[in-house]
Amino acid sequence: MRLLRTLMAAATALAVTAFAAPSFAADDPGPAAYAKALNGKRVMLVPLAMGFDLAQGWAHYLKKEVEAWGGTFETRDPNWVVDAGAQAITDAIASDTRPDVLIIHAPDLNSYSKLMKKAQAAGTYVLLVDNPANFPADAFVGSDWDKLGQLEAEAAIKGCGENSSKKIGLVQGDQANSSSLYQYAGIMKVLEKHPDFQVVAKPDSNWDATTSRNVTTTMLQQHPDICSIIDFWDGDATGASAAIRDAKLDGKVFLVTTGGGEKTADCDKLNDGTYGAVVMTDLARQSGDMNAIIKFLLQSGQPAGTSHTYIYTLEKATTKADLKPDSCWDLKALQAEAAAK
Amino acid sequence: MNAIGWPNWRRLNQEGIVFAIAILLFAVAALGLPGFLTADNLVAIVRSVSVLGILALGMAVVIIGRGIDLSAVAIMAMSVAWYLQLLNTGTSDGLAFAYVLAGVLAIGLLNGFLVAYADVPAIFVTLATGSFVFGYVRSQLITQDAVPVPQGHWVELLGGVRFLDIPVEVFVFAGLAFLVFLFLRYTKWGRFIYFAGDNPVAARNIGIPVRPMLVLRYALSAVVALIAGLLTAASLHSINTRVVNSTLLYDIVLVAVIGGIGLSGGRGGVRNVLVGAALIGILLNAMTIIDIPLLYQNLIKAAILLGAIIVDGVINPRDEQTAQQGDI
Repeated sequence: MRLLRTLMAAATALAVTAFAAPSFAADDPGPAAYAKALNGKRVMLVPLAMGFDLAQGWAHYLKKEVEAWGGTFETRDPNWVVDAGAQAITDAIASDTRPDVLIIHAPDLNSYSKLMKKAQAAGTYVLLVDNPANFPADAFVGSDWDKLGQLEAEAAIKGCGENSSKKIGLVQGDQANSSSLYQYAGIMKVLEKHPDFQVVAKPDSNWDATTSRNVTTTMLQQHPDICSIIDFWDGDATGASAAIRDAKLDGKVFLVTTGGGEKTADCDKLNDGTYGAVVMTDLARQSGDMNAIIKFLLQSGQPAGTSHTYIYTLEKATTKADLKPDSCWDLKALQAEAAAK
Repeated sequence: MNAIGWPNWRRLNQEGIVFAIAILLFAVAALGLPGFLTADNLVAIVRSVSVLGILALGMAVVIIGRGIDLSAVAIMAMSVAWYLQLLNTGTSDGLAFAYVLAGVLAIGLLNGFLVAYADVPAIFVTLATGSFVFGYVRSQLITQDAVPVPQGHWVELLGGVRFLDIPVEVFVFAGLAFLVFLFLRYTKWGRFIYFAGDNPVAARNIGIPVRPMLVLRYALSAVVALIAGLLTAASLHSINTRVVNSTLLYDIVLVAVIGGIGLSGGRGGVRNVLVGAALIGILLNAMTIIDIPLLYQNLIKAAILLGAIIVDGVINPRDEQTAQQGDI
């Protein structure tokens, strides 16, 4: 009897030990460290403006993730005004609720450099998104604009074909924004390798659709046999496309542009033939990259400004032929999702 | 200004100077630039300044009455953005247009009321209402900077309308210019605007309804802005509210003022707007053909305009009357 009881006790002890064993898994230090590093941290996004597809897309994906790990996500809307953006950053650094991570969409190479340095000195990690700047940020996430320009030029050359006039027109953005300058450099690199192709005109649109329309109209009148036009942003390429339509050259001029891959802005227009090719940014992946580097920086324990990482988003020139249902993201769907909450 | 309406060459004024510069530029460009003097390019020049010119017509009427409307660009972009947003969310066309027209008139009347009856300077009133219109519509009524025209809507079809291969906005510009010309020259209220602009107190003393007329001018300017916005959307198949941040507003004032409409009021007419628009149109077109970068374009534009103003200042020194009234 005693033996039996001992055996049973032993069995029970064994069972308890056996069942208790999985509790070692609960001691995984990961989640606790993760929560400790991230919980309550503040992330702020200061884009050029909140009113356009890229910024709204980033904000959607960032907010979802930051709030999921218990952080606070905020945005500021400078509405394309550089001073207002500078003010927003200054206020953010000085406030009691100084953000731990500041994501900045720089308007040009230099404007915010001093402010970003200040932010880092105050202990805020600075992420540059989309537009590079003359500043060693903790990370840059966005397009390699040079590479993007190369992709555009290659798409234009392909769109023109071998038996075309081989005349290409550019509608640049401006002469200050890094995305415009590097895009131009990339395009010229490719065209150097194709000396039979020539750029016949390269006006600026100042990112304005009406200006883009006017300069493209003039360009097409001067060179009616242009086979392709590269407009540096889908935000103003609607103007270039209007000029092509007005000149009755639809289908004859291959319009190449770049954009955030939003459905109505890019895919719908590829589908109806307005654009020949769009070098699209995979916005969800780009936002995912930002989320990852934010999580890394907040856990790293390193002071702001220690390391400088470049995370270039994979870009691809999409044409109507390789358009897939998931080639674009849908801003309306994201807005509906946000409204439903 | 003499009876026929041609510039008075014996006393060269700013309008004459700008007109001469425009002719000179035109001649040089026609000789030196291949493809400048073609029918298509001339149409493109007029078209490129049509919307600017239409807005400047509205501005001219206000400035002649010694006022200024800094809310014009905000009204232009935001009214049409709201209209398109309403259409995109399923409001019926008639109802949407009625809302927008009512909104535009309300802002115009508010501008006029505050200037005429509350005696607030026009520059502050319209600056404030412009910001209000932008801020309210942008934050409350639309979700994005750029609002597309729904497919197949009449605004989209309007953009494709051509007579003799000339885009519709050229005709609208010409038509509106003619209407404003008739209004300013041959209607009683049109003539009164000059009196009211030249000397509001005297105009009031002789029994001119100065205040109701003032309200009318701002309402008129607002409606003209709506027309300009619809034409912009018609051509681009969308409207981008970013234009409110652009230099368009200054360009409008510039077209009016460079053509010779004095900011102190009471002087100028439609012809001045046409001369100002011609200079800007020819200048921008020629620089685009030469492929001058935007930075230099702005520099050249500014230098020519500054030159015209300086020459005007030398030829027509400021008299005692202007000194007393002051410009805006």
